[in-house]
Amino acid sequence: MKKIFKNIINKIEVFRRDTLLPPLNKYIFQPTRRFFHRMFHNKFIYMSYTHIELFEHFKIKRTNKRRQAVAGLSFIFIWIVGYLIFSLYPVFNSFYLSFFKVTQAIDGIGTEFVWFNNYRAAFLSDTNFVELLINYSLSMLLNVPVTIVFALIIALLINQNIRGKGIWRTIFFLPVIIASGPVIGELMNQGATTLPSIDEYQFIDMIVNNVGSFLANPIQALFDQILFVLWFAGIQILIFLAGLQKIDKSIYEAAMIDGASPWEAFWKITLPSIKPLITISIIYTVVSMSIFSLNPVTNFIRDKYLGISTDALTTGWGYTSTISWIFFIVMTLIILIFVGALNIRGRKGN
Amino acid sequence: MNIFSNIKNRYQEFTKKDKGHTKSKFKRFLFGMKFIDGFVYKVAIYTMLIGLGYIYLYPMMYMLSYSFMTMNDIIDVSVNWVPSKLTFENYRIVWEAINYPKALVDAVVLAGLPAISATVSSALIGYGFAKFDFPFKKILMALMILTFIVPPQITMIPTIRLYADYNLIGSIMSFIYPAILGQGFNGAIYILIFYSFFKMIPNSLMESAQLDGAGPMKIFTKIAIPLAVPAIIIVFLFSFVWYYNETYLSGLFLRGSDMLTLPLRVEQFMVNYASMYPEGSTARELMQSAKLAGNILAILPLLILFFFTQKYFVEAIDRTGITGE
Repeated sequence: MKKIFKNIINKIEVFRRDTLLPPLNKYIFQPTRRFFHRMFHNKFIYMSYTHIELFEHFKIKRTNKRRQAVAGLSFIFIWIVGYLIFSLYPVFNSFYLSFFKVTQAIDGIGTEFVWFNNYRAAFLSDTNFVELLINYSLSMLLNVPVTIVFALIIALLINQNIRGKGIWRTIFFLPVIIASGPVIGELMNQGATTLPSIDEYQFIDMIVNNVGSFLANPIQALFDQILFVLWFAGIQILIFLAGLQKIDKSIYEAAMIDGASPWEAFWKITLPSIKPLITISIIYTVVSMSIFSLNPVTNFIRDKYLGISTDALTTGWGYTSTISWIFFIVMTLIILIFVGALNIRGRKGN
Repeated sequence: MNIFSNIKNRYQEFTKKDKGHTKSKFKRFLFGMKFIDGFVYKVAIYTMLIGLGYIYLYPMMYMLSYSFMTMNDIIDVSVNWVPSKLTFENYRIVWEAINYPKALVDAVVLAGLPAISATVSSALIGYGFAKFDFPFKKILMALMILTFIVPPQITMIPTIRLYADYNLIGSIMSFIYPAILGQGFNGAIYILIFYSFFKMIPNSLMESAQLDGAGPMKIFTKIAIPLAVPAIIIVFLFSFVWYYNETYLSGLFLRGSDMLTLPLRVEQFMVNYASMYPEGSTARELMQSAKLAGNILAILPLLILFFFTQKYFVEAIDRTGITGE
């Protein structure tokens, strides 16, 4: 038994040595060894700590700056590859189409280059679009700061020393779950996202009867607005919460010892620390509110997109691309306004 | 006399301190941070929490109470919140119709794998953007934010065509490959979250590690990652929830595969259910409750996941405190 086993092992070894190894050696191992040998010890590339030499002529200094650039680019390399593979074409395609008149025929899609006609049509021929855009911008200018402030307040509240932190956090995680899924549409249809108790207990009626509708209407509008806004605050609350946890407690202690009140500590420590997160929240809020399925501008674009292309100037994929690009530019401007305002205030504070 | 004046002085000092104390206490009551828990302050916090929590909890309670109702309770106007008889019939219908355990495993795989890959890749990319200087950095960042801002309605058709060209439609790979390369759903937001978290870590920490001979990758894994645990958790949670809940893109990308997300399955079940029973039949009346039961079943795993992961928010700070940031 032992002998047979030994025999088999021996045969495998002989097979490995005589049949398998020589071609492997000849075609794989030696060439690679040679290649690396040439690369590092010969004329093509010479690397030292301070220099890289190519072909004995081109000397590249390895400065700290360059080293940093190489390291940074290698970190984001996967993103660049992904962008080229997945994201560049759709964006480019829609930008390209925004200069064309696209007609859908039975035998395919016909395109005709029309310069800036689509852009001109959006502002001059389309009766609805500009008005929708203005209304949208105004509502954004109102809603975004309210969302950010509410999210920050809620995050500060949950970050307190309260009982049942886990339960509270889970409750305030609900809007993230519900608002990102299909459930929110159903709930909004059934009126479950508004607070029925305000209507049920005739709170508004009471104000109308006692004070007058001039006060009641703004209050009602404010309540509705806040409820609507709060459903968009879920992500921001969590971002702020994670940011607040990141601030070192010893900074607060040091400030307290130096006599800072919590009010001052909030403005001088908390707010500057989470300022980058506020920027992100602004971007996220603007985008999520803009692409929300009940946003009139988004609906308008989608209807145009699904609608039939006719000879009219304001139809077709080309025109749809144009108005979404205008929409995109308006969104970017709104984001820039808010981010700019944030930074100006920060500079004054210092 | 001397003793008395001493006491008087001390008393004055004491009252002075106290005055300042009550004054700052008032401010703390308004916008307090830590260190003090006055009673009024606590009451204010809990009232605000309960008030705001109620807004979010209301639809959940609505769904929960309706999902336990029998047919009679739904029709009965007098039954408002508490069902007259607790019934699990609605849950049983949905559970069996969508084969819940299998559907859940599918949904977790479908959301988990892209979420993990998105978290890993966006951590790397965010770190690259936050801590290194390289040419065209500003342009690249602008492009990244642009991918998030461009309205998805308009890039939808080219995207689907592109994915079809890559032969990705109909498999989970249509989620995983973009996620690995940092281009998943809302990929830019994950990168931005990591970016700002890594920005918050002081450079001196990295420099001291560099002086000790650590390379960029070592600094990343040994210093940056342990300090960014809250960021990792929120990015993972967000991406998990978004992949889990996404119905529109999933419906397009997963066409022809037998894996489906849980919300999609519930939706499919509702369509089948509606076609099975004619309008106005008694079984059709139950549909509303069954739908809500299905929604609860779809949301529940996310709530459980969050309830167990949110603890790490706290653990993360304790660790960062020790490292002397």
